[in-house]
Amino acid sequence: MLVFTLRRLSLFIFTMLLLTLLSFSLNFLFPGETIINLTGAINATPSQLIELNDAYQTHRNIFWQYITYLSHIINGDLGLSMASQSDISTEIVTLLPATIELSLVALFIAMFIGIPLGFLAAIKHNKFTDNLILSLSMLGYSIPVFWLGLLAILTFSISLGWFPSAGQISLLFEIKSVTGIQFIDILLSDSPYKWQAFIDATAHIILPACVIAVAPATIFIRLARTSMIEVLETSYIRAASAKGLTFQQIIFRHAIRNSLIKIIRHVGLQFANLVTIAMVTEVIFSWPGIGRWLIESIYQRDYTAIESGLLVLSCFIFIVHILTDFIYAALNPLARGNKYGAR
Amino acid sequence: MNYRKFITISLLSLLLLTACNEEGKLSLSERSVIYCAEGSPETFNPQLVTSSTTIDATSNQLYDRLITYQGNKNTLSPALAKSWHVTRDGKKVTFYLRKNVVFHHTDYFTPSRFLNADDVIFSFNRALDVEHPYHLVSGGHYPFFQNIGLSKVIDKIEKINDYTIRFHLSHANNSFLANLATDFAIILSAEYAEQLTKQKAKSDIDTHPIGTGPFKLKEYRVGSLIRFYRHEQYWREPAQIEQLVFDITPSNTGRLTKLLAKECDVAAYPIAHEKITQHNDLRLEAVTALNVSYLGFNVNKAPFDNKLVRQAVNYAINKKTLLEAVYQGKAEMANSILPKTSWAFDQSIPKQEFNPVLAKRLLTFAGYSKGFSMDLWVMPIKAPYNPNAITMAKLIQSDLKRINIKVNIISNESNTFLQRLKHGEHQSFLLGWSAEHPDPNNFFTPMLSCSATQTGTNNTFWCNQKYDAIIKKALQTTNINQRKKYYAQAMAILTQEVPLIPIAHSKRYQARGNNVIGNILAPFGGINFYPVTKRNLTHKKTAIEQSLPRKRNNTLNTGVN
Repeated sequence: MLVFTLRRLSLFIFTMLLLTLLSFSLNFLFPGETIINLTGAINATPSQLIELNDAYQTHRNIFWQYITYLSHIINGDLGLSMASQSDISTEIVTLLPATIELSLVALFIAMFIGIPLGFLAAIKHNKFTDNLILSLSMLGYSIPVFWLGLLAILTFSISLGWFPSAGQISLLFEIKSVTGIQFIDILLSDSPYKWQAFIDATAHIILPACVIAVAPATIFIRLARTSMIEVLETSYIRAASAKGLTFQQIIFRHAIRNSLIKIIRHVGLQFANLVTIAMVTEVIFSWPGIGRWLIESIYQRDYTAIESGLLVLSCFIFIVHILTDFIYAALNPLARGNKYGAR
Repeated sequence: MNYRKFITISLLSLLLLTACNEEGKLSLSERSVIYCAEGSPETFNPQLVTSSTTIDATSNQLYDRLITYQGNKNTLSPALAKSWHVTRDGKKVTFYLRKNVVFHHTDYFTPSRFLNADDVIFSFNRALDVEHPYHLVSGGHYPFFQNIGLSKVIDKIEKINDYTIRFHLSHANNSFLANLATDFAIILSAEYAEQLTKQKAKSDIDTHPIGTGPFKLKEYRVGSLIRFYRHEQYWREPAQIEQLVFDITPSNTGRLTKLLAKECDVAAYPIAHEKITQHNDLRLEAVTALNVSYLGFNVNKAPFDNKLVRQAVNYAINKKTLLEAVYQGKAEMANSILPKTSWAFDQSIPKQEFNPVLAKRLLTFAGYSKGFSMDLWVMPIKAPYNPNAITMAKLIQSDLKRINIKVNIISNESNTFLQRLKHGEHQSFLLGWSAEHPDPNNFFTPMLSCSATQTGTNNTFWCNQKYDAIIKKALQTTNINQRKKYYAQAMAILTQEVPLIPIAHSKRYQARGNNVIGNILAPFGGINFYPVTKRNLTHKKTAIEQSLPRKRNNTLNTGVN
């Protein structure tokens, strides 16, 4: 396990180095002056500019510039947003938790709906239920998320009035941000309207989370279906059924556990996809997350924000990948010895 | 077995959740109002601006004025001043302030005294006195005060005692009181200003406001929300709603969606009016704004120096189609320059008829039987009184074609347009006027008086001594019925002379859920959330009130003129 951990760690470090190299080179590729792209200080006075040049060591060669850039990042200094002139790292710290919260809820919804449906399809392999679930998943996969989001608002917010259409929580509730994750903050707060706020926040998250969950859920359906079919064809299942176990016992005791292991490996991969979908959904549902912020930065040509946003988001996705790898390895001892890229 | 346990636990917790909800009796949303506003305010001090978005968010919510307008006819009534007195020559105006008026108590300021004369003097001197220590804080622009030249009207402001102040005017001016009742003439706290001077944070006076109004500022997030809490020690009964939130939603569809999804209780400037009226639990409201859009003639240039020609054009224009096509019915037809909501409006003014035959006959009388060709100047921008001047010009073009008048539409960028209008280079033009306060003089003098031809607000260059004498007399009298008679005479002259053709008074729209009760839109523009309550709240309140004796007896004060 130690070797496995070390391997993942080194992979993480090298990937992060490459990513920072990319974002560092973006400063030279974006239009405008490099030092301003780096720091976002568009209104800097000449003396401030000299200080900044000094801080980023622009007079030395490119290697040292990169090293100073890295040290700034490690110290949490991501520069200022060109559009609002506020500190990017504080903005990201306040926005990222909202995205994590939304993505996690969406992931759980996708798993709780997708995996059982996939199993069901596998058990009823090549029957009507299987075909129905497969075609539904095909449909869900091919609907563009921005359209689905609007459709969901039209139906569930406007026509039926079940769920709110925008934001994270009704503006009436004043919840102090402690962790940034809304639900935890609500539970921590001493507001007399705690439970009302909790219910309200739940109502707010359901619609966007479901919209995000649709595409990954369809993928989970297929994954769960294939892995269950594979498992059901293995010899140990046949042996179990020969021993006289009922079909239910076989499924619940043997098949589900073994096929779940294969799916978990893909959860991490799906997470990247999910965050991309979440970014679009955040715009539609006015969710105060990092995706909406990043898309707005792109509109405003806020290069410093784009660069740091990309860096933080990719770092976050990578961490999730590694975490799922660990879970997979913990569940499946066979995986621990695998080399990079090997199966 | 595990599954069953899980299900029971989750069901139990759900039960607990709903139980908790019922315990709170009236939920927070039933005690608060969310208003979907169209934009962020620039500042929290209405003295500094004229933009309606800022005025909406600040003036009536955070502050009070010495006197205020009341009722549909916009009569002046007491506010922070419990009464006032004007001397016979009209040059001294004395205000007697209400005692026990408390300023907002917030995280950043705790008042130690009641409102007194110092606060009033501070508020006015800040805007009027160029050397006042707070005059230049936040830029030193006080557009309303500067436009009406209040510093020239007021000679000095004298403190008689802590609760009495006297304004010494340079000349009798009847719209002076009306100006003091506008949304701009608010009262700030001098004590707060002192505190800020000590803290060296003078500019906070406009960003962290302290007033005496029914709500106090709790939180402002730029581009996102403004949160107000009820001012519990308000000098009237405290507002019925506890919390007022402005949800800043610049997108029109965004506001509509939030309204339909019940995320806001009230929405500003709604689109898709039919959609809103279809819903049983939503209501669409409108007030006629105090403005007028008109077609003006340059009476110095032929052929419009001839009254008959102007009358002919008036008969030839079909205002009804203009209202439908340009305003989509969201405006009221104008019979005169004054909107019908003004107290001075004279009901006996005849509605202008659309009569091309008569128009043609008038033209023949005037010697233009073969018609003529004219230039019509328009501004290609959207104005509050005219959403689409070009379309309006095209419709007028086709109307006038029927009586053989050929119209050339000349569209100019707004700055050049106004500059060239001032120099009188035009023949006729489409423009409008928005009043700052509901006093009728705000229409009659700047739009059509002789002196206004000099200052550039009267671009018709129509100068009628009789009309001028009448509106001057109207300004000098204090008898409201007499004033009304004078303005009726002035309007009769305008109907005869037609220096301009009033076309429409546009309306301001607002949509709200049916559970929100109380007037929000002021009759002359602006919004006020003080009288607002929610349906469940009133049920509960009346039940409590019946069981309890009333806490406070508000004496009704009337102004002494």
